[in-house]
Amino acid sequence: MDRRKFLRTSIGSGLAPLVLNGLSVNAFAESPLLQFLGKSNKNRIAVLLQLNGGNDGLNTVIPIDQYSFLSNARSNILIPEAKVLALTGTTKTGLHPAMNELRSLYDEGRLSIVQNVGYPNPDFSHFRATDIWLTGSDSNQFVETGWMGRYLDLQFAGFPTGYPNEEYPDPPAIQIGAMISPALQGQHASLGMSITNPSSFYQFVNGTVDPAPNTPAGHELSFLRLVAQQTQQYSGSVKTAADKGRNLSSKYPAAGTNSLADQLKIVAQLISGGLSTQVYMVSLGGFDTHSAQVDVSAKENGSHATLLQKISQAVNAFQDDLKLLGVDDRVLGMTFSEFGRRIKSNASLGTDHGTSAPLFLFGKHIKGGIYGKNPVIPQNASVNDNVPMEFDFRSIYGSILKEWFEISDTERTEILLKDFPTLDLIDGSATGYYEKSLSKKLIVFPNPTTGVVTIQFENQISGEPISLEIFDMQGRKQELGSLQNNSDNGIFRLDLSHLPAGNYAIHLQQGRRRWTEKLMKVD
Amino acid sequence: MKQLSRRKFFEESIALKKLNEHSTIKAAYKDPSNTQLPRHLLKTSTGIAPYSGTFGEEELRHLLKRTLFGISYSDLTYFKNKSLTEVLNSLLTIPDNLPEPPLNHYSYNPALPDPDVPAGSTWVNAPVSPTLEGQRRVSFKGWWAGLQFNRQPNIREKMTLFWHNHFATESAIVLDSRFVYKHHSLLRQNCLGNFKELVRQVCIDPAMLVYLNGKDNTKTAPDENFARELQELFTVGKDLPNHYTEEDVRAAAKVLTGWRINRNGISSSFDPNAHDTGNKQFSAFYNNTVIQGRSGSTAGTDELNDLMTMLFNQQEVSKYICRKLYRYFVYYVIDESVEKNVIEPLATVFRNNNYQIKPVLETLLKSEHFFDPLNRACMIKSPSDYLVGLARNFQLALPGSGNIQQQYTHFIYAQQVMAAIGQDLGDPPSVAGWPSYYEDPQFYELWINSDTLPKRNQSAEGLLYTGFNRQNFLLKIDTLQLVSGFSNPSNPNELLNDALKILFQMPLSASHIQTVKKSFLLGGQEEDHYWTDAWAAWQGNPGNVILKNAVESKLKDLFKYLTGLAEYQLC
Repeated sequence: MDRRKFLRTSIGSGLAPLVLNGLSVNAFAESPLLQFLGKSNKNRIAVLLQLNGGNDGLNTVIPIDQYSFLSNARSNILIPEAKVLALTGTTKTGLHPAMNELRSLYDEGRLSIVQNVGYPNPDFSHFRATDIWLTGSDSNQFVETGWMGRYLDLQFAGFPTGYPNEEYPDPPAIQIGAMISPALQGQHASLGMSITNPSSFYQFVNGTVDPAPNTPAGHELSFLRLVAQQTQQYSGSVKTAADKGRNLSSKYPAAGTNSLADQLKIVAQLISGGLSTQVYMVSLGGFDTHSAQVDVSAKENGSHATLLQKISQAVNAFQDDLKLLGVDDRVLGMTFSEFGRRIKSNASLGTDHGTSAPLFLFGKHIKGGIYGKNPVIPQNASVNDNVPMEFDFRSIYGSILKEWFEISDTERTEILLKDFPTLDLIDGSATGYYEKSLSKKLIVFPNPTTGVVTIQFENQISGEPISLEIFDMQGRKQELGSLQNNSDNGIFRLDLSHLPAGNYAIHLQQGRRRWTEKLMKVD
Repeated sequence: MKQLSRRKFFEESIALKKLNEHSTIKAAYKDPSNTQLPRHLLKTSTGIAPYSGTFGEEELRHLLKRTLFGISYSDLTYFKNKSLTEVLNSLLTIPDNLPEPPLNHYSYNPALPDPDVPAGSTWVNAPVSPTLEGQRRVSFKGWWAGLQFNRQPNIREKMTLFWHNHFATESAIVLDSRFVYKHHSLLRQNCLGNFKELVRQVCIDPAMLVYLNGKDNTKTAPDENFARELQELFTVGKDLPNHYTEEDVRAAAKVLTGWRINRNGISSSFDPNAHDTGNKQFSAFYNNTVIQGRSGSTAGTDELNDLMTMLFNQQEVSKYICRKLYRYFVYYVIDESVEKNVIEPLATVFRNNNYQIKPVLETLLKSEHFFDPLNRACMIKSPSDYLVGLARNFQLALPGSGNIQQQYTHFIYAQQVMAAIGQDLGDPPSVAGWPSYYEDPQFYELWINSDTLPKRNQSAEGLLYTGFNRQNFLLKIDTLQLVSGFSNPSNPNELLNDALKILFQMPLSASHIQTVKKSFLLGGQEEDHYWTDAWAAWQGNPGNVILKNAVESKLKDLFKYLTGLAEYQLC
């Protein structure tokens, strides 16, 4: 699939999101706006939520328009249609009823869904598929470094030699969990610091260690643990951040009841404490739902529902916390799992290993909406039928690298080991250089449009020349068509009948000030 | 299939350079080591009566870990089902012969020719060579590290190091590697022999005569250096409130006047003309002994023998040495109970056996006190325990003697890593040895600080992930080969159980073990089959790099985590 077609079929399709605020940096790849926005932003943070085991995507993001065929394939586990959570702006796609909070985030435009994410020649082994996702390799390729490790290696040249230092006092990445994810493995070393578990984190903050017996061995063990705690290379900076940081949200579930929430709470505390760490990895296990993923009597309940509810409540509390802490501008989150599950359920009220699945992106500057189409379910799915891939997972990685971390195309290709088309995931105002409120001064209506739009520009400075440009989602400048300009009241009328259906960005500049607005063209 | 190889980080000695750099810890480090001796801990009143409890695998591991620098799975297999007596017999039976001496590894480099010693031959009997002295010392140290890494299942290496710590000399001060080797051989040869005889020989050992200025000790200008350390550090010690006097130091120095070194013969000799022939009067501590002054060629030896008799008539010698052995093999806190129930009866055994070392060790290592649960897992590994232990634990394949240059390159590297974490074989910090064995109240805790602990972990990580590649030999842990030798590697519980036995004497909690299993072997999942399936997949297709990597990467991460635990520093 070529890139142009890819974008048209994904975002430009009828399922394109309605929640479209602001403008992606991506759209202005070749425009002066990129310069204006600044080339990199070290303050941005990505939080990766790994769902271990292979999440059942079809019971997570539910293709309502496929219900009858889904019912043929998985009647014993299918969520009753009436229970599916509706999403604003679409009747075709809904969420599992356990994810009320995520539904709200979606409706507010702070959650995006990317459908059918996978990769060619999918692997059905947990370990191998996980490695593929974490290293960002092809299915048949063996890569020792992780995709985030390769990104961070570019930011932290020569790591670990010479780190930490004054310019880079903080760990490049933090893993909540004993095992540091292979995703963070760099060329020379892992760029992740591990916080084994929440209790070890709070001990660390308090300068305590696990209690040890009052024996010679216990005495020496405590001594060793205290040295170990202090000699973690980044102990000073992480402890400082932890001491300064806080949690403000009251939405976190009680400690110990939702491990994902417990982990994200620590992440929020560290971010609010000013830690400049760019990548956090958290995880939740238990998604390998071969059996009893639903309650036989109430299919909206069961082990899978419990897991999804944990995600929903954890992400919601985290997002709420970030907002209250005033740091939500800087944080983007993404869920992923090594694979989805089979279309056809098995007889044990479960599902076996599958291929593509949806993933979630969340954050203040996520564009929102759904990327891609509902999977098409065969009328009589066999045990061999799987959800076909629509997006390569490395396209999502690439979009994050490009739009969020704002690295060059060359570097992105180096990190992802080849070039993948990117999506338009991030709201342009994420940089902080571009104030979202400014866009209100640029009013475009009707939107969506079939042809002629009125552009109202409220606070132009008299006498200064105005430039108006329109770009497609690949950042290519488009012909403007006929333009009527009433410079006295700042109103332009623009005929866009000649443009194909799809999403566009209107870019208006007067002097050093720039405004952007998103426009959808429909036929 | 593409393969992206991680740049070999431990190559080009980056690792070593890094190990030698100052740590960049920013936080103010608050040393948590003892500020006073931990007397509040649970105590035991067990003594040297033979241990009569179960001698099971845990007891076997305790004994082996304290005597063999860490154990491998094959060590456990070797000793399995043997009785305590059988195991001790095995540990305390050492070969009569010395190992092959250190070799010229340096002349493989054309820039470092040795006119007297071809590459691959030994320099220990060659003429002194000021220009190559540094190379020979490096050769000696690497050779010694190699012997530790290749230690046989007996106590010889552990005891050789004990005596090096006891009769500490510094090769950088002796500055004659042939003397250093000779001194080392003396300790090695007598490591389980007669202590009195060992002291007597050390008094006239050329390296010691250089190190503590005995060679300059003459009747006209007595040098008291050796005479003082002989008493303070080597025999009677200063543990008693009333110990030897300054007069005793001067008198002993006079006894020892006239000994000289002979560079050509790599030996020492007695010069009667430099010997003080007067009578030597000692204090009440030595029962006012007078060593009769002699003259003539046998005067030196005769007076030395008298000096030995006098020193060893002082019972404190036996107690002092038993305390040192205790701290080397058991724990560093010697309270009233340990003194009364262990040190004193052990010292009696020592004296009753005319200062033979082996019966003392045998008594200690089979005692109920040694196997007391309170005395297990409480020793912080010395750098040699740690590094040799790491190699043993993971059955690290070492280069053989077929390629001397290759072998020495790796042994020297290992020795330098050991030095970087605080134990430079051949060059202890002073004549008192390593402070971890005498510095009250921290003792072993001195091995561990904000510099050495990260370096220990880096050593393990380096050997697990990248290895050290020199002279066409990759020194690297093969985790797959390791666990393939375990009882049932396809079962993650049994795999972990075998691994934990080897790595830890301080047990991990059951919940910790479950977390470790889940995080590292089950890919964050709950059920054992995730590991079993992955293992079976690789076993079914061993040549498949991807299947191999699926299990190997998990094992590496597992072992990095386990060796990074505080418990791993204990034995």
